[in-house]
Amino acid sequence: MRDVAIIGIGCTTFGEKWAASFRDLFVEAGSLALKDAELSGEHIDAMYVGNMSAGRFIEQEHIGALIADYAGLSTRHIPSTRVEAACSSGGLAFRQAVIAVASGMEDIVVAAGVEKMTDVGTGVSVDTLAGAADREWEGFMGATFPGLYAMIATDYMHRYPLTREQLGMVAVKNHRNGAKNPIAQFRSEITLETVLSSALVADPLRLFDCSPITDGAAAVILAPLDRAREFTDTPVRVLATAQASDTIALHDRRDISCLDATVVAGERAFAMAGLPREKIDFLEVHDCFTIAEICAIEDLGFCKKGEAGRLTEEGVTALNGDLPVNTSGGLKACGHPVGATGIKQVCEVVQQLRGEAGARQVDGEIGLTHNVGGTGATVVVHILGVT
Amino acid sequence: MSVARFWRKIPQRYNLIGTRCESCGRHYFPPRSFCPDCRRGGKIVEYRFPGTGKVVTHTVIRAASEQFENTTPYVLAIIQLDEGPRLTSQVVAKPEDVAVGTRVRSVFRRIMADGESGVIHYGTKFVPVKSEK
Repeated sequence: MRDVAIIGIGCTTFGEKWAASFRDLFVEAGSLALKDAELSGEHIDAMYVGNMSAGRFIEQEHIGALIADYAGLSTRHIPSTRVEAACSSGGLAFRQAVIAVASGMEDIVVAAGVEKMTDVGTGVSVDTLAGAADREWEGFMGATFPGLYAMIATDYMHRYPLTREQLGMVAVKNHRNGAKNPIAQFRSEITLETVLSSALVADPLRLFDCSPITDGAAAVILAPLDRAREFTDTPVRVLATAQASDTIALHDRRDISCLDATVVAGERAFAMAGLPREKIDFLEVHDCFTIAEICAIEDLGFCKKGEAGRLTEEGVTALNGDLPVNTSGGLKACGHPVGATGIKQVCEVVQQLRGEAGARQVDGEIGLTHNVGGTGATVVVHILGVT
Repeated sequence: MSVARFWRKIPQRYNLIGTRCESCGRHYFPPRSFCPDCRRGGKIVEYRFPGTGKVVTHTVIRAASEQFENTTPYVLAIIQLDEGPRLTSQVVAKPEDVAVGTRVRSVFRRIMADGESGVIHYGTKFVPVKSEK
């Protein structure tokens, strides 16, 4: 297997982008990534694009070809493949691109993610997202996505000493980070009072515990590590790629409050990188809901079960803490265009490792991304490091 | 959900028909043709769950998808049937009457309708049972 490096990144701003179409979004992200790598389209050997549900959001399938076409690559006939694993589609597209380069099959590969979610009403988007869980045995009974994570929160708070306030502090911290991120959907800080007084969505989760509906796209360009310096002075190395699966339905899990797929993907990633956890300087984790960030920190092994709330309260996961988590603002404040999120996480870690993260810059040479599909039926973990 | 898609699961949705592996004794809902523990060595038979169990975890859905919008707020829960399998369903009760560990039994209820003129889907919900002293 060849070592793989990231040589370019690009990300649109995230938000309710009424003026931008699905095509506009990925073309913008792809152009930014190419410009960052100082490449042009004719260098690209293949593309992988993460997208959860263009079929329901914009009634468009066949996204791989569409993206290659509107990226101006139709006459080059490059292989272009859509990858779907619900909210982890982006992370999985990145992993497929890494595997393509590592195998020696391709040299310069684009991994992108895109989702256009605001062309449908809230009811349709809630129902579409529910398709990431078990439609027959969860969705049919009235389960929503916030509802499923709320049941994780209820189980967790029944068993471990997590307070409602600590849960809210995850959102406060991520908004504080998002306020420093030019691409973030929400660029204002919030108070704990704002979280605790916001409307209940699914008890105990309130509106400010939930990531928003977002339009956005992100793209990164990969190359073999030994060629990376032809394109950039600051290549970022992919130290590990890992993926794990679990039962589609939350009710079939071994433990409602522990995402076993996160545990396994994390262990596989640390083994592949040949690194102990202590070497990881910062994390981008999948905080689709505040409780999800708590579980992620624990299930990746950075603390014992039941301790992440206290760590959040003590500021360990803040920008100036010992283990900064979600420097981008996370899904909560940066936004969650589901197919793009996994790629945006990679963009954020690369910016941090290059020292280009501006007001939210943290120290570190190794960062980790953690992208979850559904309630934990797919988890993708990557470890990235400076070269 | 299309008529055929709903109709083919009626035995499970109306009457909690699952399966049991006679080799290891484990119960499954929804039914499985293979026992994950015994695989091809398992002997799968049909099993009708009496529908008693307890609440493992719960929430109150206040923002629902389109088909459930007019029924909010409702209690959603993961129920563990006494034979072991877990499933997601609604508990027909006031939110304050549902807690982790609450004993429940199954009831036949309307789940949702496909619009005003579409098919009405029925299925199994649960209600709390008074604790027996």
